[in-house]
Amino acid sequence: MTASVIASEPPRSPFALTDDQRALKETAGEFAAERIAPEAVRWDRDKHFPVDVLAEAGRLGMGGIYVDEQYGGTGLSRFDAALVFEELATGCPTIAAYISIHNMVAWMIDAFGDQRQREQWLPELCAMRSLGSYCLTEPEAGSDAAALRTRAVLDGDEYVVNGVKQFISGSGYSDVYVVMVRTGESGSGGISTLVIDGRSEGISFGPEESKMGWNAQPTRQVVFSDVRVPVRNRLGEEGIGFRIAMSGLDGGRLNIGACSLGGARAALERSLTYVGQRSAFGSRLGDFQALRFKLADMATELEAARTLLWRAAAALDAKDPEATRLCAMAKRLATDSGFNVANEALQLYGGYGYLSEYGMEKIVRDLRVHQILEGTNEIMRLIISRGLLESNQ
Amino acid sequence: MNIVVLVKQVPDTWSERKLSDSDHTLDRASADAVLDEINERAVEEALLAKEAHGGEVTALCMGPERATEAIRKALSMGADKAVHLSDEALHGTDAVGTAKALAKVVGTLESVDMIIAGNESTDGRSGAVPAMLAELLGWPQLTYARSLSLDGSTVTIERETDAGVTSVRAELPAVVSVTEKINEPRYPSFKGIMAAKKKPVSTLTLADAGIDAGEVGLSGALTQMVSSAPAPPKEAGQQVTDEGDGGTRIVEFLSGKNLV
Repeated sequence: MTASVIASEPPRSPFALTDDQRALKETAGEFAAERIAPEAVRWDRDKHFPVDVLAEAGRLGMGGIYVDEQYGGTGLSRFDAALVFEELATGCPTIAAYISIHNMVAWMIDAFGDQRQREQWLPELCAMRSLGSYCLTEPEAGSDAAALRTRAVLDGDEYVVNGVKQFISGSGYSDVYVVMVRTGESGSGGISTLVIDGRSEGISFGPEESKMGWNAQPTRQVVFSDVRVPVRNRLGEEGIGFRIAMSGLDGGRLNIGACSLGGARAALERSLTYVGQRSAFGSRLGDFQALRFKLADMATELEAARTLLWRAAAALDAKDPEATRLCAMAKRLATDSGFNVANEALQLYGGYGYLSEYGMEKIVRDLRVHQILEGTNEIMRLIISRGLLESNQ
Repeated sequence: MNIVVLVKQVPDTWSERKLSDSDHTLDRASADAVLDEINERAVEEALLAKEAHGGEVTALCMGPERATEAIRKALSMGADKAVHLSDEALHGTDAVGTAKALAKVVGTLESVDMIIAGNESTDGRSGAVPAMLAELLGWPQLTYARSLSLDGSTVTIERETDAGVTSVRAELPAVVSVTEKINEPRYPSFKGIMAAKKKPVSTLTLADAGIDAGEVGLSGALTQMVSSAPAPPKEAGQQVTDEGDGGTRIVEFLSGKNLV
């Protein structure tokens, strides 16, 4: 290569994806378009949890995206994962979001487990031959997670666990439950993390919750009645459970934000097709300036949210001290913008958007909960403002 | 079982494809370029054979520098290595020239047991290269395979054409071309994608492969594209309003075209 060729090349954009990232994105996008999207409306209607398709995703490496390769993971970055989850969500936000939760479970075992624990659970989780659930929330402990009451009492070399976990994704289907329990005093310092086998004696599951959206993944209570869990199933030391629980949230927030971007992008793309075909008052809908401006705003809002999400993901990968605040900002913006864009897309679709058959209302219903979970968007504002005030002192 | 798969980068069939005005060759810059769908199936079949019988899969590609993307896709699916014949003098090479060049490259590879190709590319659609390549190598050709099985030193295919289905067998080494019915190609796994960039790709020029520049390229082509024109836009169909006689008018229309 001659010097003149180098000189004529524009500088590389810091936002440009690598060849690997483009290939990962393409594979996830094709998988979503071919294996998820065609069935998404039916899965939602029938409340069907497609474990076979999840296993297929696992074979591609989607079960342990940022888990150590030594234990069957794919060893990618959070940034890479954000690309993957956005693509998966173009097929169905609910399936993408479950895969995100499953990845958080696998990552927690990888990050906080010892070698034996990692060997025991990770290969099967990474392949999605076994599924994971994350159990933090309780009927009376949501945003205030440190108030959790599920108790684990030491008895010999086992804990005896009693309590109820609420809103648990995958509950009843999952094989591996990462459960935050109280082993000590009240408050955040008395919490530990146990990995509990779904077939344990004394574990039972509540009825399937009837929900506004997210129907393609089961949400049920998990009830522990004198469940005996070996002490060797505890991740890390006693009392660090709250730290473990919180450490998963930054990445979880990126993923759920990415799922909102993907769902909203799919809705926007469908509405673009619709306004290109549908005519009213002698013109195509897409020729009306009011609608063109609306579409421009939708595309702009998604791109802005994506840019912030990428920035936050890069910060998390770089262990930037600002990462938590950036992840909270990105989650807030991406899930609010995602819902609003999907809702506007439904409006552009008119009466057909309201019919289940076209899949638009499903995306709106699915994305609504992203503003509530992984920390409500009010909690995101709390985190952001706390950071602001601290940095101003 | 060492298998060579022929892979070609083509314009995405979903994008608008154009020929360049100057020499009627494909305008590669105007469309998204992808690994030809039929080649994904050829790669899949090679990987299945490797998984069952061992050996190595080599992706062989002739194309411009940009074709590395198609090679990468084949490697990320699981091919072990690749050979990329890339030389500006190849621009405009016709089917015969392509077969000659590929035969030369195959000659540089050690112990090839089988070559698998798609039966035709989605851009050129001459459907002739696999047969020409077999002829030049002096190997048997089994074309239009909808299934393939290996048994020691022989390969057997079900050959499907408009005329019917025949079972054909040949001694190895042989050239097999496959149809779209043969399999569903796998998605590249994330690990496969990450591993692809570490796999060996040898890039050859005409000189490296011992190819006579006079036999390839536009000037070496035995056929010449004399003119080309874009496909005419689709015309709106004839609309008939049903005024109680719709059925009769449909029959009149069909019988007018000698269709009933």
